[in-house]
Parts: sequence; C-alpha cells; structure tokens
Amino acid sequence: MSATAPFVRFPARSRRRPLDGADTRRPWTFWVLATLFALYVLALYGPMLCIYVLSFQDLRGGLVFPMKGLSIHWFIDLFTQVRTGDVKGGFERSIWLAIFVTVLTVVGSFLAGLAFRNRFKGDGIVFYLMIGSLVAPGLVLGIGIGLLFQYLGLPATWYTSALGAHLSWTLPFGVLVMFAVMSRFDRSWEEAALDLGASRWQIIRMVVIPILLPGIVAVALFGFTLSYDEFSRSLQTSGPLNTLPLEIWSMTLNVTSPSLYALGTVTTLASFLIIGVCLAAITMMQKKRARTIS
Amino acid sequence: MSGSAITTPKGRPRSEGSGKGLLSWLYVSPLVLVLIPFFVVPILVVLVCSFLEHDGFGGMIPKFTLANYAMVFTAELTWKLYLSTVKFAALTWMLTLLIGFWIAYFLVFHVRNQLLAIGLFLVCTVPFWTSNIIRMISWIPLLGKNGLVNSGLIASGAIDQPLEFLLFSDFAVVVAYTHQLTIFMIVPIFNAMARIDKRTIEAARDAGASRFEIMRHIVVPLSKNGIALGSIFVLSIVMGDFFVVKVMSGGGSASVVAALFEDIAVLQYPPAAAASVILLLVVVVMIALILRTVDVRKEIAR
Repeated sequence: MSATAPFVRFPARSRRRPLDGADTRRPWTFWVLATLFALYVLALYGPMLCIYVLSFQDLRGGLVFPMKGLSIHWFIDLFTQVRTGDVKGGFERSIWLAIFVTVLTVVGSFLAGLAFRNRFKGDGIVFYLMIGSLVAPGLVLGIGIGLLFQYLGLPATWYTSALGAHLSWTLPFGVLVMFAVMSRFDRSWEEAALDLGASRWQIIRMVVIPILLPGIVAVALFGFTLSYDEFSRSLQTSGPLNTLPLEIWSMTLNVTSPSLYALGTVTTLASFLIIGVCLAAITMMQKKRARTIS
Repeated sequence: MSGSAITTPKGRPRSEGSGKGLLSWLYVSPLVLVLIPFFVVPILVVLVCSFLEHDGFGGMIPKFTLANYAMVFTAELTWKLYLSTVKFAALTWMLTLLIGFWIAYFLVFHVRNQLLAIGLFLVCTVPFWTSNIIRMISWIPLLGKNGLVNSGLIASGAIDQPLEFLLFSDFAVVVAYTHQLTIFMIVPIFNAMARIDKRTIEAARDAGASRFEIMRHIVVPLSKNGIALGSIFVLSIVMGDFFVVKVMSGGGSASVVAALFEDIAVLQYPPAAAASVILLLVVVVMIALILRTVDVRKEIAR
C-alpha cells in the first residue's frame, strides 16, 4: 500500500477514520506529523496573538485575560509616559542602526560570498574567524568591545561600537546565507557573459546580482531583523542612549501594564512593514526587468 | 578549475596564481575589516583583562595574576551555573531537534504541493522577523498564575489550585527557548532534506525497505549536515543567553552569562573576563566537536 502512496494526489474524501487503513492513501505518519505541525504553528502564533489582543484594552486592563474594554489607551501611554522610558528614541535609533547594519551586511556578505567561491590562501582562517564570531556569546563580545573603546578613549555609541558589535554577528550570518545562495549559481552563465566580452564589473552588475537578487534580499531581511532585535551585543556597546531592545528590557523589569504589550504590537507592525516594503520592492524590480527585456 | 575563468579573462593579462588570491582577499576584506576590530581584538582585550588585578571599584591594575581564574574555578557557584546552563542547552537542543526534524520532514516529504510547502515554510519563519523579547513576554498571559492555561484547567475541573510551575520556572525557560529557537533547526534541516533525491527513497521502498530503514539509512544520514548546522545555532545561542533565563525563571535560576552580567553591573571586570574566557572556550569546544562530524563549509558551498 505504501508503495502507491507518493503517486496519489489527494486523500480519499471518505468519512472513514484515516487510521483504519485499507482505503486511505495517506500513510498514518502523515496525520501524526500534520497534527504536530498544526500544534507547532498554534504554539508559534497563539501567544503572540494573545498579547496583540490584550494591548487594545482600556484603562482597567491587566496582563492576563479576560479582556477589559477596548481602546488604544496603552499605545498613547507607551509614547507619552515618562515611566515607560524613551521608547520613541529607542525605536528611531534601532531602525537607523538596523538600516546601517543591513546595508553593510549586504555589501560585505555579497563580496565575501564571491571570494569564498574560490579557494584562496588563508581562506580557512577567515572562515573559522567568522564561525567564531558567530558563536561567541554576545555579552562576552560586548564586554570586549566596551573595554576596547574605553581603553582607546572613544565614547561607546550606538552608531559606532554597537554598529560594529551587530556587524560581528550579522555579517557571518549573511555570509552563510550567501554560501547557500551561491551554491545554486551556475558559473557557466558567468563564462558565457565573459565569452561575449563583458567586463568583470558588467558580469557582476548584469549577471550575478540579478540572478542572486532573491538571496541578497534574504540577507538584507536577516541583517535587519537580527540587528533590530539584538540585545546582548548592544548591552555594553550602545552607550548612554538605548536601542529598542534595551528599552524593552528595562520595561520588562519595571513596567507591568499592557503598555508592554502595546510595544509588542508596535514593534511587530514595524517588522511586518519592513518585510512588506522589501517584498514590494522585489516585485517592482522584477516587473521592471521583465518590461526591459520584452 | 572552472573558477579561474572570471579572474583570467582573455585579453586581460593577469598573473594567474597571485592575481586570483589578491582578488579574493579584496572581496573578503570588508568581512575581515569587521572581524578584526570587533571580534579578534575585543576577545584579546578580554583575554588580557582576565589576567589583571582589580581594585574592586572598577579600576584595573596592570599586574599579572591568575587569581581571577583561581576564583572562578574554586567557586562552587561556577559549577552550579555551568550545570544549569548545560542542562538548559541540552533540553532545548533535544526539543528543538525533535520538533524541528519532524516539521522539516513533514514539509519536505509529506506536503506534495510544492507551493503549499513553501507557503507553510514561510508560516514557520514569519515570527522570526518579530522581536524575540516580545515573543517571550507573550507567554505571560498564557502561563501566568491567572493565565489561560491555568484558568482553563481550573474551569475544566482538572485542578483546583493554579499550577505554579508554569511561569517563572525552569519549565518556562525551556518553553521560551524552544519557542524561539526551533526555527533555527527547521531551516537548515529543511534545506538539507529538500536536496534529497526523492527517487532514492522510492528505490529503497521498491527494494523493500521499511519506513524505519529508509529513515535510518537515507533520510537521517543525508540530513546530518543540516542537523549539525542547526545544533550550532541553538547551542551557541542558549550558551550565550541570559535574557530568557532571567525573565522566564523569575530570578529563580541563573546561567553562566547571567552571572557574568551581575559581575559587570558591579564593575568587576577582571573576574567577569576570566569567566568569559572560560565560557568562550567551552562554547568553542562544543562547536568544534560538532564541526568535526561534518564539513559545514563544504555542505553550504556545495
């Protein structure tokens, strides 16, 4: 029976219990795993949906269900109250930091990806340094960078030391993604362009980048999220002005109102907005390219 | 050798050997320029700092001492911290591997419509783009003393006192880790499994292999590299984390990095540096052991 399973498109639409065999074409393992998958997705989204819902309570709202009223009180509270900290500033700094990190990560990991396609002298050292940087505990690295800046007499700020600290984690991550992306790149395309007389820069600009674009966008999204959300590497390196995760951290320690949930809703919306903009940009670029070709 | 074409084009004379290496180094230089000041040097700074004496008020005295290491090794607390951190790492690793492997397997081998598989895969990855901290906090309305789980259980009559262990406990820590990190297992394993030629499995089945044999001799060996990569991510994140432990255990348990953070808060840099160096060594040994089983670079760059 199981030998025929992969060739059947749909399970029989019978009301028979799926496990009793004879006529159902899906193996029993399908149902077990489908259940596991459903439970996983539920566990993934359930808690988040809870706090999004709870953030829209009114003044009487608490941290748990049942829902008390319906208003945007806690969102106003979030951005106006002093005790919730400098959420607005943290938000802006985190967005800018994430944008810088994203741009540098995309450029750096794309170039490194090109380099690692060939073996070169010392490539092993660079590779293992990269893995080291990826697995090093963030706080340890943060302490090191903090001490280094202190020793050099430089002030630690979010746009210098924290930027570097974030890059030391997003860049290796980006390069790993780039490896995976480039492994599917057929080098005969490049050779064809070369035979047609393209220069190296033309090859990169007109052949390599367009083909690898989806992968490059993936690297950008990774870079943005990893930086926007980075906490332990920022702790010792961002200086006197907090990034958003540091603000959230201090809020978790002293705010016990639905403001915290409102912040969760706002940051999630911001994340989705970024993803949406990225996806829209790709679609537009691809349409444009399709037009130019035709 | 196919790679030499781009660097030695006709009509653009270039010394083949050194030119190629030079170009590669040029390409890789931004990476190196980040890694040296923001990884290599800071780690060296921590290393040096761990051998310095300190005055207990944030000042460091440039005198060589092994006292910081002696202190770390003799403190009973150190061993407890490592025990607790390794326990969390091991539990999280097992759970994320178990869930991640089967989710990836389901998506690759059971969902027959490829578009649907990609869609479901994206469903798994979307929460990754949202804040980890917020996702962790989101367990509070569920697991809290008056949370959904407790009130549900009480309403159904299963218990009459709220279960205290659900939130602010070791249980909650493992739940939060698993919630956050399973995706780091799913993605590389999914990638590895997607490359398995389905015909191999059909051939095995035609040759009479049982489900278990197919799993053991084909699917698991061919996903090994993905599993290794996922394990590296999960283990290094858990070993380096203190946020989840701090918030989800409600201060009840600690981790190596949480203790480090306490040292830093009272400006005890040299002892913290010594503890950092030891932690770093432990993590590096763990990762090196995993890397020994698979050539990650070859796997990724294949």
